[in-house]
Amino acid sequence: MSSAVTAVSQNEKLIVAGHVFSSRLIIGTGKYRSYEEMRSAHEASGAEMVTVAVRRVPLDRSSESFLDYLNPSLQILPNTAGCYTAEDAVRTARLAREALQTDLVKLEVIGDQTTLFPDNEQTLEAARVLVKEGFVVLPYFTDDLIMAKKLLDAGCAAIMPLAAPIGSGLGVQNPANLRIMREQLPDATIIVDAGVGTASDAAIAMELGADGVLMNTAIAEAKDPAKMATAMKLAIEAGRLAYLAGRMPKRLYASASSPLAGVIK
Amino acid sequence: MRLELRVYVNGEIRELSGVASLAELITHLELPATRIAVEVNREVVRRNDWSGTMLHEDDRVEIVHFVGGGAG
Repeated sequence: MSSAVTAVSQNEKLIVAGHVFSSRLIIGTGKYRSYEEMRSAHEASGAEMVTVAVRRVPLDRSSESFLDYLNPSLQILPNTAGCYTAEDAVRTARLAREALQTDLVKLEVIGDQTTLFPDNEQTLEAARVLVKEGFVVLPYFTDDLIMAKKLLDAGCAAIMPLAAPIGSGLGVQNPANLRIMREQLPDATIIVDAGVGTASDAAIAMELGADGVLMNTAIAEAKDPAKMATAMKLAIEAGRLAYLAGRMPKRLYASASSPLAGVIK
Repeated sequence: MRLELRVYVNGEIRELSGVASLAELITHLELPATRIAVEVNREVVRRNDWSGTMLHEDDRVEIVHFVGGGAG
């Protein structure tokens, strides 16, 4: 491995409110065909943080502790997936904190069942309440710069714009908006959440300047999740390096790489 | 004194006898005591307060745990 890569991996940590991560990939725990498949994908991904959902326990004594299937070294990021109001998201976050003793929360307030697009207004309202209560809030929201600013002003530790609808695998549909967000908010921690379908999508998100990517379905629904998790890990690293390296400007016409002088006649 | 107490647990009506506190309800339901969280009437009740929290008629109890999920 080249010294450049080593230097980046050593110095370039993702830091979210004091939590330090070597990996810029955060992954979900849903939709896997088996716990074994999930575990091997998690391991292959190199991710150090995984997100989990909060649900009512079944009362028929069939409950099993899902968390037991996760590698105990992983940081758990509870989410408020499935909530449609600020109030339900706040309640869910409080319950998660009580059960897991972590202040981290991936805040999601969904606005519509078909698109699973976030309700930005309710998300902001919930973020304000949760930040006041000491939560480290990572909100999922639409790729809107003004909303991003409001969420940061509210005290969110990181912001998580979508790249495409949750679970769609459409890839980055909003490169211009993500790039504008990066350029206008150079100090913000931006984690692209939702929409990635394959490794090149993750690389593009990182090349646009994202600090990290959160994904679930792209890995869980791959034919070989562990292999896709490895691909994602490499894509995130490649995209990050490319961003730091600074890409060449695009030109419409050719520009010769060899000297023009000295060609034999 | 009533022998049975009617409460809602995760939206289901439960007629309980011999259950007075939240801790007793958790035991009665045979739930694991770890990695779950409980709210009564929309307020989280911390684990240490389960035994001291008495249930009342028509209380709404939500008991949650964690499941696999990414988003949505």
